[in-house]
Amino acid sequence: MSTISERFSILQSHLEKNCKSKISKISGYVGFIMRKLLFSVLSVGPIPAHVAIIMDGNRRFAKRRSLLQDSIDPASGHRLGFRSLISTIQYSFEMGVKCVTVYAFSIDNFKRSPQEVQMLMDLMREKIEEMSAEDGVFKALDVKINFWGNLELMTEPTRLSAKRAMDTTVHNKGPELSVCVAYTSTNEITHAIEASVRDLKGKDQVQVSDLERNLYSAGCVEPDIIIRTSGETRLSNFLLWQSDFTHLQNPKPLWPEFSLRHLVWAVLEYQRVYAYLKNKKEGIEKNK
Amino acid sequence: MIEASVIASPILGVVFCLLHVIVSLVHTWSHLVHQIQCLIISSGLLSKYQNINLNRLRHLAVVIDSEDAKNKSKVHQLLCWLSDIGVKYVILYDIEGVMKKSDKAYEKSSANPSETKCMDFAPNMPLIFDMFGMTVEIISYTDGKEAVAKGANYLCSNYLKNQDDTLNKLGPKFTEPDISSALKAVGHDGPEPDLLLVYGPARCHLGFPAWRLRYTEIVHMGPLTSMKLSAVVKVLYDFSKKHQNYGK
Repeated sequence: MSTISERFSILQSHLEKNCKSKISKISGYVGFIMRKLLFSVLSVGPIPAHVAIIMDGNRRFAKRRSLLQDSIDPASGHRLGFRSLISTIQYSFEMGVKCVTVYAFSIDNFKRSPQEVQMLMDLMREKIEEMSAEDGVFKALDVKINFWGNLELMTEPTRLSAKRAMDTTVHNKGPELSVCVAYTSTNEITHAIEASVRDLKGKDQVQVSDLERNLYSAGCVEPDIIIRTSGETRLSNFLLWQSDFTHLQNPKPLWPEFSLRHLVWAVLEYQRVYAYLKNKKEGIEKNK
Repeated sequence: MIEASVIASPILGVVFCLLHVIVSLVHTWSHLVHQIQCLIISSGLLSKYQNINLNRLRHLAVVIDSEDAKNKSKVHQLLCWLSDIGVKYVILYDIEGVMKKSDKAYEKSSANPSETKCMDFAPNMPLIFDMFGMTVEIISYTDGKEAVAKGANYLCSNYLKNQDDTLNKLGPKFTEPDISSALKAVGHDGPEPDLLLVYGPARCHLGFPAWRLRYTEIVHMGPLTSMKLSAVVKVLYDFSKKHQNYGK
């Protein structure tokens, strides 16, 4: 297995594959070294094992930049948001975060116009295939990808791409990226109840542990931070069951504006409340 | 290599502390700005805070850190404020159930005890009573995930009763309304709060029932010991101006 430094060098090459100039390559390596130093400083304190993100603000960003006009690609805000996603995943994994979960498409989002829903499904398929390619991000970072949600609601080409990506990366040993698609927390809980009742087989009662075993997120540690960009204060049916002791953050920047400094700030804020949340969590686990 | 790490560790530690000093300074500045806003609101200079439209606020939840919740007079004061503002339904939550055990204290400390009607304390069930014309529901951690498990068992027993039904041969199929009905049947059918205020050191819902949090606006208020009426008024005003797309 290649070292983390070698893997990130491969990723740097991947991200700058169209930039042949020596200057851009050197600046890429300098950026990597500076981040390594910064993350070494942050690592004096606790680093979150699992960061979850509600990527809010793509359409508002596009409108603000006057990109969303009649004949212009309505996916432009989401494409810019995708770039933020890739850089955030990269920086998170460099920092030592083991799991990143993103809220890509809610079941509620099917209420949008059929054209927008189709556009989003097509964009998702395009990006999944791009990241799954031989020289893609998944291979570069040894990422294992999960798709959480009622995947039967997705369009078939997108669902098949998602399944292929999960099959391809199932044996990867690196960090985990979980993408919530056609997902809501209440749908996840309903699905867990169905599965728990189906599995009862002579046991008397459904327990909380049975429900947790049947959640889409089973096997993944609970999120330490949920970040919702654009300053919005609600969770919109995202990881409600898993976020008992999660630090909820709502930075003001729109998702395409979210960058390394916002991620670093999020970790610093988490470190301030870590001891309190750990104490609360241990208190409840002791009483179980 | 060992010498390099011996030199590097204290330097990293110093830079780490400096970063956190910067974060603390930013928090101090934000706190100062907030205090000034609260001062202006409490002075009555801004008329927009005098008559807040609470039409959209049908249910308000308050999550209180259990240590703070032991301060019964503070909790009672908060309930009085909310009643004066015009809130009709308040859900009080603390993870350890401290407030459930203290419900009799709210009755005794009320100016007119006859205005409060308290039920007997049951640790695994919500507690609901009227206070100053406002419905108060008190819940704790056991009203969350364990309640969903109870609801699942209710659905399971109904499912097993209908074993001969053709549909059941395909396995259990439940919808979200089925889950809501099951929660109602087991006594955990409280409403979804529109707004949730968190009193404590961190913005975290501490296990508030997940089924009731779908579209709730969650606002961190700081420690209960430094609560201010003007801060509550500001949050309610900001909520009255909020717009939700609900996914659209």
